[in-house]
Amino acid sequence: MTTDQHRTPTDGVEFEDEQEAVDAAPGGLGRRHFVGYVVAGSTLAVAADLTTGAMPADAATPAAGSGTPIPSAPQIAEAYDLEDLQTQAALPTSQLITIEVDKDGVAHFALPRMEVGQGITTSTAMIIAEELDLPLSKVQVSLAPARPELLFNQLTGGSNTTVSTYTPVRVAAALAKKRLLDAAAILLGGQVALLKSKEGIISLPGGGSVTYGEAAAKAASPSTEKVDVTLKKPSEHKVIGTPRNRVDALDAVTGKKQFSMDLAVKDALPTMICRPPTVNGKPKSIKNRAAVLAMPGVTHVATLPTGVAVRARTFGQCIDAVRALQVVWNRGTVEGMDDEAVLKQLRAAQLPLAVPKVPILAKTVEASFEFMFRSGAALEPNCAVADYKDGKITVWAGLKSPLVAQANIADALGIPQTNVTVNVITGGGSFGHKLFSDGAIEAARAAKAFGKPVKLMWHRCDEPRQGRSHPMSTSRIRATVLGNSILTFEQRHTGVSTDFRHGLGERLTNLAADLPTGLGNLGFSESIFLLTQELGYNMGVVTQLLTETKNQEQFPTSSVRNIYSPDVRTASELMMGKLAEALKMDPVEFRLRFLKEERTKAVLRKVAEVANWGKTMPKGTAQGVAIHKEYKGATATIVELDCRPETVNRKIRDAVTGPRVMRATIVVDAGLVINPRGLEAQMMGGVSDGIAQALTSSSHLRNGSFLEGSWDNFFYTRQWNAPLDFQCVVMKSDSEQPGGAGEAGVASSMAATAAAYWKATGTMPTRFPILHDQTPDAFEVKPFSPPIPESPTDGLQYTY
Amino acid sequence: MPKHTFKLNGETVTVDVEDDVRVLWVLRDILGVTGPKYGCGINVCKACTSHINGKAFNPCSVQVKDLKETDEVTTIEGLPDTVGKELHPMQQAWLDRDVAQCGYCQPGQIMAAVALVKKVKAEGRAITNADLDSIRNVCRCGTYSRIREAIKQGSTKM
Repeated sequence: MTTDQHRTPTDGVEFEDEQEAVDAAPGGLGRRHFVGYVVAGSTLAVAADLTTGAMPADAATPAAGSGTPIPSAPQIAEAYDLEDLQTQAALPTSQLITIEVDKDGVAHFALPRMEVGQGITTSTAMIIAEELDLPLSKVQVSLAPARPELLFNQLTGGSNTTVSTYTPVRVAAALAKKRLLDAAAILLGGQVALLKSKEGIISLPGGGSVTYGEAAAKAASPSTEKVDVTLKKPSEHKVIGTPRNRVDALDAVTGKKQFSMDLAVKDALPTMICRPPTVNGKPKSIKNRAAVLAMPGVTHVATLPTGVAVRARTFGQCIDAVRALQVVWNRGTVEGMDDEAVLKQLRAAQLPLAVPKVPILAKTVEASFEFMFRSGAALEPNCAVADYKDGKITVWAGLKSPLVAQANIADALGIPQTNVTVNVITGGGSFGHKLFSDGAIEAARAAKAFGKPVKLMWHRCDEPRQGRSHPMSTSRIRATVLGNSILTFEQRHTGVSTDFRHGLGERLTNLAADLPTGLGNLGFSESIFLLTQELGYNMGVVTQLLTETKNQEQFPTSSVRNIYSPDVRTASELMMGKLAEALKMDPVEFRLRFLKEERTKAVLRKVAEVANWGKTMPKGTAQGVAIHKEYKGATATIVELDCRPETVNRKIRDAVTGPRVMRATIVVDAGLVINPRGLEAQMMGGVSDGIAQALTSSSHLRNGSFLEGSWDNFFYTRQWNAPLDFQCVVMKSDSEQPGGAGEAGVASSMAATAAAYWKATGTMPTRFPILHDQTPDAFEVKPFSPPIPESPTDGLQYTY
Repeated sequence: MPKHTFKLNGETVTVDVEDDVRVLWVLRDILGVTGPKYGCGINVCKACTSHINGKAFNPCSVQVKDLKETDEVTTIEGLPDTVGKELHPMQQAWLDRDVAQCGYCQPGQIMAAVALVKKVKAEGRAITNADLDSIRNVCRCGTYSRIREAIKQGSTKM
């Protein structure tokens, strides 16, 4: 038996006995024996290395084709994907995560990840409750502050949390239970083997019982010790895999759940920023500083690199001050540009489609698609609390990459990183948006400039106009068909560059030398693309390549939920529709014939059955189907879309109605599922995102500025767009490996909605969202100067 | 500075603040009542939805001077007291259906749902899909289907 302490990425996993080696899943997930630590302290504190059990999966062998499909060589993501990269990135670190059991028998764990609604505090509490035999109510999971010693192991993204923390959290919890049992044996005067632990109580049959709280003090250790520990077998699991409600649900429905702007930090007054009229403009000078400082409630005004900050007693007074500020601005980074100009740049950057030599009789099928900018903003805008004093700063914010935030704040203020404390607060959504710390850096700068604590928040209008967007992209595909076979499938995806400077890029830099398949030679974006994209079909020569225009400073961009996949998959699945047509096959039958993997076929068969694929639909309505494969799992979605005029033309004030998904069915295989109810919630959210991206939600660049300024301009899915019938089926899986959940539902939902639109209207959509060219007619553009709108005063006229 | 008096969650409160400050900021920044959330500040996203005299309203769009001393403002924090229980049936339905994801919009969603159901009941009818379609509250996590189920469940207990 070896420990995990000195393992390198290329080591195999050693097993204690042969039987375990046979049972074990690739990558060591079947292992049950690990080493943990009992940490010195006055109550029981146990720890595990965060990298425990974190081994990339072995390279997959290509699936054998059957019948006509021509087997395609494995794509990189099949053998080694983004999950593996993130998990492997953690290996060189050797840092501990700690679970403490207090005198009341409550287990405490500070998760080095960020909860943004995806349910990881609940699933992590379930994992701890499982190994510790504790009720869920006695497990308290909080969010760890920035811990520089974790190096790259504190990034929340790529739906990787459970994939990377599942084993180490179990090891720590199992060790805690082992120590409690040892202590209880002494207290009760019996043998450990005879003790039973249940719901936080340890009993000796016929010999009394002690609570975990009573045993915890006894189990405390004066020194740190290394201890062997054995995990439960999956067949013993009573919590993992059962549907549970969220641990923070009661706080959420009673208004007690605290987000960054709800924190009571002494003297932290509301602060907002007057921003430029065009994208990335910079402030040059303020014309009326004294007049603004004299406004009611206003305490401070200062120029920051991104705009002019004002601090006031209330946010309402900040809004008034921002509107009153007269600022001279430098030019932005896309002055004069519009959507068409960006598209022109993208078309010029497209790589040629270089189809290998194919027989002369082969038929070529081509398609080309465009995907517009989309704001990635959550409902909680960018915000942070910051308190600067004597060269040290404390920041409270929703941050998915707190270590990068810490470094950036130190740089911005010119202070050592050790003088920056970053507290991670649960976020009001993220969808990729909180990978960056734009608001936290501004809050830190403002706190220093003012010499006073601030509570800095972006106005809603700032978000789509100056916040980070999903980059615009194009996708071109060419396939060749001969008889009943697809000989080639070439996809060239071209986009405005995605900003990955939140740390993922650093991981790649860090790992470049070790990466298989020569990934180290590629740029960050190309690597992420190759690590996430997997067509999943046997179509002879398959290539999917990304080119990004090198204009990272030009547009504020970021990964948005599911990164490249919604666009890439929508393009490729529409192409599957064309190929099915070319082969005169039903879309589901076609996919089942050409898909490589049984898991993907299984979710497709299931969704076809549950959604009653192929049923007769009224004219103007249709079903659409699509699959997606990522995050160690697969999804398949069927939607029923209503494109009839009476539906499309529904009139709702300040809204875009359009075609409506009446029914959505999504089937997911996410490997080992911790909390099926939470997984279903993530699929529901993914479907809402997919519908929005297919039909209505986008930003429009005109003359150097984005037109959208609020939720009545940027048309995310609303109740009137939501499916009347939603169903999610979670596939049973024998896998011992958890897959990703947070982003997994988006791509196939977007693609299925696009496919349904094509079938219902007879026109294959090629620009997304489908209503992009019509949505500007649905709203009046808010002024760019002042940059934010006045707060209305007529609210009492809209009561109901 | 002018003084403004109104009833908040069953208690009379008086604040010293300029006339034109919107009620959302009086609640959040001055009184420390943080259940109502900011999501747009222009009466679009509805994250701040609360009740005034039992009807839904958005405090981001009402000046504090427009509140009368007799006006009763109820935020999510005061909702259970309106039925004299620990939780309003709509909050319980929300828990039963595990509706919340990030939870940011949920206080506003619940306050909107309660007002909508009361309005529909006052019209002597059951809640319909058309009623649910009329809800304007944004949920960026997209948990719309569970919101619909919870409102239907909650309406049976109100």
